[in-house]
Amino acid sequence: MPELRDLYQEVILEHSKAPRNYKQPATVNQKAEGFNPLCGDHFTVYLDVEGDSIRDIGFQGSGCAISKASASMMTQAVKGKSKAEAKKLFDTFHKLITTGEANGKKEDLGKLAVFSGVSEFPVRVKCATLAWHTLQAAIEGKQDPVSTE
Amino acid sequence: MTTAVKIPTAETESRIHPENAAFDIERIRRDFPILGIDVRGKKLVYLDNAATSQKPRIVTDTITRYYQQENANVHRGVHFLSQLATTEHDHAREAVRNFINAADTKEIVFVRGTTEAINLVAQTYGRSNVGAGDEVLITAMEHHSNIVPWQLLCDEKKAKLRVAPINDDGELLVGELHKMMSPRTKIIALAHVSNALGTVNPIKKIIDCAHSKNIPVLIDGAQAVPHMKVDVQELGADFYTLSGHKMFGPMGIGVLYGKAGLLEKMPPYQGGGDMISSVTFEKTTYNRLPFKFEAGTPDVAGAIGLRAAIDYLNAIGMENIAEYEQELLTYATEKVSEIPGVRLVGTAKEKASVLSFVIEGVHPHDIGTILDQEGIAIRTGHHCAQPIMDRFGIPATARASFAFYNTKEEVDGLANGIKKVQEVFS
Repeated sequence: MPELRDLYQEVILEHSKAPRNYKQPATVNQKAEGFNPLCGDHFTVYLDVEGDSIRDIGFQGSGCAISKASASMMTQAVKGKSKAEAKKLFDTFHKLITTGEANGKKEDLGKLAVFSGVSEFPVRVKCATLAWHTLQAAIEGKQDPVSTE
Repeated sequence: MTTAVKIPTAETESRIHPENAAFDIERIRRDFPILGIDVRGKKLVYLDNAATSQKPRIVTDTITRYYQQENANVHRGVHFLSQLATTEHDHAREAVRNFINAADTKEIVFVRGTTEAINLVAQTYGRSNVGAGDEVLITAMEHHSNIVPWQLLCDEKKAKLRVAPINDDGELLVGELHKMMSPRTKIIALAHVSNALGTVNPIKKIIDCAHSKNIPVLIDGAQAVPHMKVDVQELGADFYTLSGHKMFGPMGIGVLYGKAGLLEKMPPYQGGGDMISSVTFEKTTYNRLPFKFEAGTPDVAGAIGLRAAIDYLNAIGMENIAEYEQELLTYATEKVSEIPGVRLVGTAKEKASVLSFVIEGVHPHDIGTILDQEGIAIRTGHHCAQPIMDRFGIPATARASFAFYNTKEEVDGLANGIKKVQEVFS
């Protein structure tokens, strides 16, 4: 049986209460909106991209503890990374939260590994990935808001 | 239609007749097998009745018996089973008529549920009566199913959708609604009971006012019928809708009640078998009411299951149910609102069986997950009523909704669960 503490880890609760990079960066040249229409979660991810590099990143919006903490920790994890590195990180993260495993790449995830408990709560996977899908849309310059559905 | 042949009736010996003298909650709970199950290692506490209700054994047994012993298509066959299924279907319609006290069974149209019933009215009555510059009047507390069908209609007809406001307690501003009734208002559509807030609207007063201005009124009764006695003639409703699955019947069956005079004048909704009298390639004449609005093979098992649910409710008595639930809601309101950091959303004076709340610093989605670990099923989110959430400036609420099989012990479990949520987030 899944334990609540596996999902609501201290780090996650802390980030949900005090999200990092919860702002629009001074320079924003790419951004995207993401919705989860089932629960009403709604985030905007802002990027300051220079060439291939994510120079700065911020987010704003409303959502549950899981979605907000995931967005917060995502911004920390991808800041300064290349677009391709961010995409690879999302793939590994997605693997972790859907299966609990990361194919031996768990160390690549760093602090993001605290989300492994989400795999025991399948209905919450969309919460944890909302910001990441939105980041992906921002990188790809998609105009339409992304939806988890 | 009906047959002179003597056929077995649907009466079953196992139909439940609780004593009227006492509201025997233990006995009632035993009629609902699902209430005895464990989820996540805990005893199920089912508080999501506004989403769908659980089914008493008599409903599931009736459906099983229908498919095992009575199944055939209706209105078509001369054979024994077809006549039997047709008679049972007719009995179900009569049971609904009696339950909401309609004047005639021809005013009872079987549909899939309230959503389809409202779409039917919007697409038939609406499309024939609403034109450019006309108005459709709804309220700020409607479910999406009583907003979007009217938006579709208004978009098509270049008509205007007007929305009567509510106050901070979630009560309809009836005076404002009355003022918004104009010569251009072609129909008013509103909920009897709000699914997200639990507010009971004073619909008789509203209908009387609308009728004084010759405006017909559709009442979305999905959240009212499971909780109180409804008499469509006394209310004077022109249209009244209900969903079987919210009143302890099966999913996939619902009812549109409409005054015969209005239904007669409305064009058909869908075309097909059963809704016609005769068809040639040049001209089709439509069947009489209510069959004009029932194209195709109907959900016979659903209708018969709904009848079983109605018989069950009648045996307990809607007045008894309303009384018991009011006491339960009052208890729950006290228990939950006394917890520091919890705020109720929807505090109308007249309410039915819904307790929507938010917890300071905790998103409703997280409340739902943590309560689920305690075996407590509630709904979290916008409850298909996003405009209400916007009205209260919140993205979502947690909603506990009760039925007559819920208990004060379960409410205590909810209160303890809420405290556990606060511990996790402390």
